[in-house]
Amino acid sequence: MIYLDNAATTLHKPQQVIDAVVRAMQTMGNSARGAHGSCLNASRTVYDARVKLAHFFGCQRPDHVIFTANSTEALNIAICGILSPGDHVITTDLEHNSVLRPLYEMEENHRVALSFVEADRHGCVEYEQFERLIRPETKVIVCTHASNLTGNLLDIERIGTIAHAHGVLFLVDASQTAGVVPIDMEKMHIDVLCFTGHKGLMGPQGTGGLCIREGVQIRPWKRGGSGVHSYDRHQPEAYPTRLEAGTLNAHGIAGLSAAVDYIRQEGMERMAQKETALMQRFYEGVRSIPGVTVYGDFSGPARCAVVSLNIYDYDSSSVSDELEQTYGISTRPGAHCAPRMHEALGTTRQGAVRFSFSWFNTEAEVNAAIEAVKELAQP
Amino acid sequence: MRKKELSLIIAFDETAQAMGAERCFQERGLPGRLIPIPREITAGCGLAWKAPPQEQQRLKEALEEFSPGNCRFYVLEV
Repeated sequence: MIYLDNAATTLHKPQQVIDAVVRAMQTMGNSARGAHGSCLNASRTVYDARVKLAHFFGCQRPDHVIFTANSTEALNIAICGILSPGDHVITTDLEHNSVLRPLYEMEENHRVALSFVEADRHGCVEYEQFERLIRPETKVIVCTHASNLTGNLLDIERIGTIAHAHGVLFLVDASQTAGVVPIDMEKMHIDVLCFTGHKGLMGPQGTGGLCIREGVQIRPWKRGGSGVHSYDRHQPEAYPTRLEAGTLNAHGIAGLSAAVDYIRQEGMERMAQKETALMQRFYEGVRSIPGVTVYGDFSGPARCAVVSLNIYDYDSSSVSDELEQTYGISTRPGAHCAPRMHEALGTTRQGAVRFSFSWFNTEAEVNAAIEAVKELAQP
Repeated sequence: MRKKELSLIIAFDETAQAMGAERCFQERGLPGRLIPIPREITAGCGLAWKAPPQEQQRLKEALEEFSPGNCRFYVLEV
């Protein structure tokens, strides 16, 4: 099997990640729920992961790294916990439903106004739109770092500069970039960074979180066991407990921590170069095949290792199924939970077939995928 | 039960704060260990650092450098 669906989740994980999860499941008690050895072992492991991730993303305080089950949960916590009735939000056509649906909910039921920075048919935005859409009541700009459909990167530092110049919070969805593209919350003026652990970071599924700039207030989304202040009626105010009610996925977090170590050992830049080279090889191999339409902006080097395409007017689901059944190549067809991006590309009915590459893919696998697309595009 | 002894107890509001303080003390070779927070301080859950009372100044200085937030110092028979 050739796995080219790494934008959904990286299937191949470093062995040290797997080992760390197994070790954690054999040795760890409940983090923050006592002072015996196995509890402290879990608490130390979780704290160690906070320290590593804070450093990795340029978050000033380890205790402002909040663990969640995934970036969807992180985005829901951030969006619903920041916005209040009367607030205005700016977001983009590039967003995933994990941003769009909480925003639509706030718009429909909590009197939050919503404006969109539009994307063109290549999935690109005009950055001036962000500034033009800002109003006095604009509370936050919420935007993805990269489209999960086209792989186009947004210039986060530029958007962050606009946001902070106008006193607007900046919330970034790094689902497609964390672990692959350098992120520095300070340099990029990011107030809240939402990430998942199981894609570019190559950690276990069920891990993710948000990094919060000191001073940014997010209301609790859930309330419950905290391991501290048990007789208080209310969820503790201090981060991370304010947003982490209930037992954490410490086994997964142990794996995520090992994944960060792995990326540091291998070098994120070197890993990204390889992924980009694989993506570029595939793009060059398919872009001129008659009948193939590739989506997205390939004019610059700054993009994620994603290539989405269609073959003639074939249903993307049929193409993806053929790739799997005949060639053993795993890809993702359909809408990719990115409805507005498909509207901008004009692909709502057909969808698109997404090929996404990782550190563990090879040139031989890319060559096989190119040949498969060539064969499928033969009239 | 072990005989109670006069101890310095540093109480933390947050588990992450306790973890950070433990790391800070261990990196500096300072004495003590984490214990469940004694009921004399709070009847709830949580963690505290227990050390000999004479270490208060050194531990306090380390914490000021580390700046983990609001910690409370007690000397108790525990």
